[in-house]
Amino acid sequence: MADGSASVMHGLTSVMVTVFGPREARSRATTQHDRATLSVNDGRACIQRGYVGRILEFAANIKSTFEPVLQLYLYPRSQIDINVQILQSDGSLLQAAINATTLALIDAGIPLNDFVCGITCALHDATPLLDLTSLEESDLPHVTVAVLPKSGKITLASLETQLAVERFDEMLRLTGDAAKVIHIEMVGVVKARTDRIVRAMDSAQASGGARGIPDVDAEMGE
Amino acid sequence: MPREVEPPIVQREFVLTALKESIRIDGRQLLQGRQPQLIFGDELGWVECALGKTRVIARVSGTIGRPRPDRPFEGSFTIHSEISPMASSVYEAGRLSEEEVLITRMLEKVLKRSDAVDREALCILAGQQVWQIKLTLHFLSDEGNMLDCACLAGVAALRHFRRPEVEVVGEEVIIHDPTERAPIPLSIHHTPICVTLAFFEDSEHPIVDPNHLESLLMDSQLNIALTHLSSSTSPTLCVFQKAGGMPLTADEIRNCVEIAVRRARVLSEWLEKKIKGDWEGRKASIEVH
Repeated sequence: MADGSASVMHGLTSVMVTVFGPREARSRATTQHDRATLSVNDGRACIQRGYVGRILEFAANIKSTFEPVLQLYLYPRSQIDINVQILQSDGSLLQAAINATTLALIDAGIPLNDFVCGITCALHDATPLLDLTSLEESDLPHVTVAVLPKSGKITLASLETQLAVERFDEMLRLTGDAAKVIHIEMVGVVKARTDRIVRAMDSAQASGGARGIPDVDAEMGE
Repeated sequence: MPREVEPPIVQREFVLTALKESIRIDGRQLLQGRQPQLIFGDELGWVECALGKTRVIARVSGTIGRPRPDRPFEGSFTIHSEISPMASSVYEAGRLSEEEVLITRMLEKVLKRSDAVDREALCILAGQQVWQIKLTLHFLSDEGNMLDCACLAGVAALRHFRRPEVEVVGEEVIIHDPTERAPIPLSIHHTPICVTLAFFEDSEHPIVDPNHLESLLMDSQLNIALTHLSSSTSPTLCVFQKAGGMPLTADEIRNCVEIAVRRARVLSEWLEKKIKGDWEGRKASIEVH
């Protein structure tokens, strides 16, 4: 069983992330003597040619986003595995994957410096749009941003379509505000989940039986 | 896979302390990139680009083939890039390292997904015959910032390349020999220029165009590709890629974009001049004979 898991739905996009570890490193070659190794695995099966690179990049993006946020130095010579499984895809995949990974890591009890909130933003003429569907994503210039809500700083920004320089700045500011909303949502989910666990433990103690904690996955809807 | 040897602690401390005092070990200013060099080959579409000791060869070639059934009016443009062990001993032939994936993907985004090459102009006979343009990149040596170098080489090669003229008579396609009719350049929508910035936790200012040692020690990097860089147009972001690493504020990012625009403008102007210069040189040699 996974040490932590979360599934996140943004509209029809649905991503499930499971976290294993910290556990003993699998291969000696990747072991680091002063901190844990992070490995991210994307569970998509790639049939299309030229798709392999995209998946590897997706996983590399998630890895490098979380590497500086996780307190890896607490677990030398060990390994933390993040498995990202995309259940349904309707745009804003990276956003959903980042949010789900944050929640799964919190669920696994791995110390983080801050939440990481992902958000996708697009521009239609001068109107900004948030949280895009596939259709919107394929037509509009869009940027995916990961924000650390405590400091308001941006850790990941990825723009793949053409966009005027002045507009870009505007979009970054907007995503900062949007990330705060997502942060409140995530904190709510984490608190509710913790509450449920505490109550379950209390009732287990009251009835005198050690029946274990019921497994409730953190869920987040928007 | 052989892991990159980490620089010794003494060297690391030296580089980082110097950077804190705004000094770079190769004597450059923080925001000063290396001056690239372009060598055009005898053949059209062969360009070697050097950025310091980083070297990349780009070669564009074209063949005629069938279009994809779902896109009968479009030719194809593909990028082949493999970082061989020639560049550095950390790269292994036939196996993708993470860094290599990111460079390849970035090149794909900058040159292909941004529609730099007009693919519809590559159509000869709809649904029957189209040009298939292939850009091959050979990474000769890695002294940091291979992406910018490869991007510059790739763009220069695309601009340098000339394809033979073809004529369609009814259903028949006649390909004219370059000696018979002047070959024609590819139709290029825009010329993207890639700029890489590196960040260090201790120093508050970013550096432009990190060399190999700096890229081993840096905490995060930022890749920005820009187009429409002539002084009359407003610059457009083509790709902006910051994957994790050190978090930045929106103001810092805006500052970085400004730095990138300045460097890209200089590079773009220089590239135009170089391509023009080479073309002028070729014309002269034709007139002599």
